[in-house]
Amino acid sequence: MTSEQNPKSQSSQTDDLVVEMRGIVKRFPGVLANDHVDFELRHGEIHALLGENGAGKSTLMNVLAGLYRQEAGTIIIKGRPVIFSSPRDAIQAGIGMIHQHFMLVPSQTVTENILLGLDEPRFRLNLHEYDRVIAELGERFGLKVDPQAHVWQLSVGEQQRVEILKMLYRGADVLIMDEPTAVLAPQEIKDLFKTLRTMVADGKSIIFISHKLQEVMAISDRTTVLRRGKVTAAGLDTRRITRQELARQMVGREVIFHVDKKPQEPGEVVLEVIDVCAENDKGLPSLNGVSLKVRAGEIVGVAGVAGNGQRELAQVITGMRKSISGKITLNGEPINNRSARFGIQRGVAHVPEDRTHVGTAPNLSVTDNVIMKQYRKPPIARYGMLNMLAATKFAKRLKDAYDIVVPSVETPVRLLSGGNLQRVILAREISGQPSLLVAVQPTRGLDVGAIEGVQRLLLAQREAGAATLLISEELEELFALSDRVYVIYEGRIMGEVQVGSGEPSESLIETIGLMMTGTPLEQIEREGAAAHV
Amino acid sequence: MSEPTVLPKPRRRFPFSVRLEPRLNEPPRWYPAAISFGAIVVALFLGGILISLAGGDPLRSYIHIAKASFGGIGVISDTIVKATPILLTSLACSIAFRMKLWNIGAEGQFIMGAFGASAVVLLPVLPPETSPWIFIPVMALAGIAAGALWGFVPGYLKARFNVNEIISTLMMNYIAVSWVNFFIFGVWSEGGFQMSPKFPKNAWLPRLSDYAKEIPLFRGLTTHMGLFLGIAAAIVLWLIVYRSRWGYEIRLIGDNPRAAKYAGINITRNTVLVMMLSGALAGLGGMAEVTGVVHRLQTSPIAAGYGFTGIIVAWLAKLNPFATILVSILFGALILAGREIQPSGVPKMIQGTILVCLIASDFLMRYRVRIVRTGVEA
Repeated sequence: MTSEQNPKSQSSQTDDLVVEMRGIVKRFPGVLANDHVDFELRHGEIHALLGENGAGKSTLMNVLAGLYRQEAGTIIIKGRPVIFSSPRDAIQAGIGMIHQHFMLVPSQTVTENILLGLDEPRFRLNLHEYDRVIAELGERFGLKVDPQAHVWQLSVGEQQRVEILKMLYRGADVLIMDEPTAVLAPQEIKDLFKTLRTMVADGKSIIFISHKLQEVMAISDRTTVLRRGKVTAAGLDTRRITRQELARQMVGREVIFHVDKKPQEPGEVVLEVIDVCAENDKGLPSLNGVSLKVRAGEIVGVAGVAGNGQRELAQVITGMRKSISGKITLNGEPINNRSARFGIQRGVAHVPEDRTHVGTAPNLSVTDNVIMKQYRKPPIARYGMLNMLAATKFAKRLKDAYDIVVPSVETPVRLLSGGNLQRVILAREISGQPSLLVAVQPTRGLDVGAIEGVQRLLLAQREAGAATLLISEELEELFALSDRVYVIYEGRIMGEVQVGSGEPSESLIETIGLMMTGTPLEQIEREGAAAHV
Repeated sequence: MSEPTVLPKPRRRFPFSVRLEPRLNEPPRWYPAAISFGAIVVALFLGGILISLAGGDPLRSYIHIAKASFGGIGVISDTIVKATPILLTSLACSIAFRMKLWNIGAEGQFIMGAFGASAVVLLPVLPPETSPWIFIPVMALAGIAAGALWGFVPGYLKARFNVNEIISTLMMNYIAVSWVNFFIFGVWSEGGFQMSPKFPKNAWLPRLSDYAKEIPLFRGLTTHMGLFLGIAAAIVLWLIVYRSRWGYEIRLIGDNPRAAKYAGINITRNTVLVMMLSGALAGLGGMAEVTGVVHRLQTSPIAAGYGFTGIIVAWLAKLNPFATILVSILFGALILAGREIQPSGVPKMIQGTILVCLIASDFLMRYRVRIVRTGVEA
């Protein structure tokens, strides 16, 4: 991508605004997703909307596409204020959104999918006529796809083209692309970028939502950066800004609070990952030769933008995913490609990313949920039977020790708040005195108080001598808790940095930001050395 | 300026409206029972309308039904005889459903259980003069094994190749009926009739009337030992589900298979085992029916849909083994008493109404109904 030059599109210089959003506020229970956000889109430009996960990018665009209704603020389309009460209104105003998850009917043809929901054809289904029209439309924008093919036969890239055609057919001239490259292979990304440029040349305007700096640099004319629901940089000229600056705007650098991390000598190596490769659920390579080490009494962070192999890394270590090659050892014993149970019995604890769908059984009680890793062993199990008295006692002990707020241990956990649910999981994982704790996004979605509680528990584990692998997208959290941080990008470790206690330096943040967007540490050091000379 | 596209609020004449809200808290403990009771009352009321439309007196009809199923020790015993096969098939369904394995094949497993037990007499595995102390346990084991085999096949297919168990268990039902028909139409046919010869007396499950000499009260009572097998199975099943390691795994898989995998539980193995246990329970039911009631292998009275009724009963009992006992008896009573009014028709309709009301009442477990004044924004 970097090899491609930005086209100097002439039309992007004109100043007429197609979309203006002023002071948009959107609240979800407990979260202020958009806090007085301003956004403007010029005619004929590709405008990138950059930000981390949960920064409020998609929310803002869902407001523009008529899916959400803002609580405050106005939307002005081509100089006229509008109120959208449904996506249909937005499409009528010429705004079409292409979502991350495609909304296509697999058993129908491309043409049928594009016509779905429209008032035409009125009575006679003369699809051949429409096949021709859609083929022509595709030709015009370089969106090659067979109108008569069934959607299930198409590759992901082709399906995306169908989604774009759907919007073009409905007459959209502002296209919102929500992380369009997330599902694509590199070659498909190239094709997509070509299409985007054709469309812009044809007079369309495009909003490109992404958290990948490299792509933003490659495709966009201007960039707006969101962070925690607020605009941190509006309408920057992408060609005049460096990646470092963009990275800093996106990641930010305020540390909200401090937790006490005592200096401590790490012990023996507990976890060793050597050159591990693995595939994701779609069968695409997601770990490409990852190596790392975690010692006893040490918290090792893994930083990276979501979707760069973090989830798969946690899964291969905890035995929930097979690795293709490489080796993982726990205290010297190989543990990869065994069962999850094999790891559990050897003291691997796992705080999964997805609390409700992986970490707990929502309709079972707190007791049933906390014994998930203990139910095979005495005193809870004896001769294949469960000792419910012992189980209840165990649950009550954890409830008190970990401040789980719940009326009784018989309450089903689906009634618990996010913070309490996370405490249930942490209580369960930590109480087994693990030798290795793999924690993935342990504080995501929690409020400040709950975050602090979780972080204290992790530090207590460190002091107790456990090895902890902390996978997080929150840089502040990684700085606050970790002794060392690895940075992962597209399934590769870009480098490793030491983190002292106290404030991280400016250059350290910048280095990590660059690694998170795909520059290996060696290259940064080489360039840094060159700059000094 | 374009006009904002906001629809005007429609005016309503009626000042109140009903609003449904999802429940956020657990309802109190008495609530499920009260709701079920309420549903039955509503159903009987609707059934009453039905009866009066048919020209009957609802109250008298209901009293008659009650008398015909619970009105005396004899009819209570008959009710229990009807309830026994339902109890075992519904236990079979409840354990599979607990793991969200939709075993629709209790019917076929029940029939195969009857076949397996009959094979002990008819092959013969044991000579006719064998003592009942050996005969009955061997027949029970044969029935259990045949039912478990009929559960194993779809279980293995599901675990290994992800074959939809709803379809495979349903199809296995037809195979079971045809399998048994092959034997009773040909190999074991008695004088060309579609039934096997009657079993020797020592291969019959003991009935209460067999002890009439010692206890005169039991004279003429047809309740057989299958009832005790069923109750014992319910107790064992309750212990397995709520008090054993295996049951914990089953409950965890049923509620969230991903969490179960995360906890290191082998889902594949449990799928096969639970389907086998389910089949074994239904098979035991078939054995009890053939040795306790029919006393010969014959499709019409055995393949009477007990396996399908078991699905409904398991569901109504919310998969709780003890509740299953009560609901089975209720259904046994409905089947028995229904025949008193009309062989089919009205009683079946009342049964259906009760079912629909009970299942619909589940809605109230998840939602609260609130009546609010219209125009007042809550």
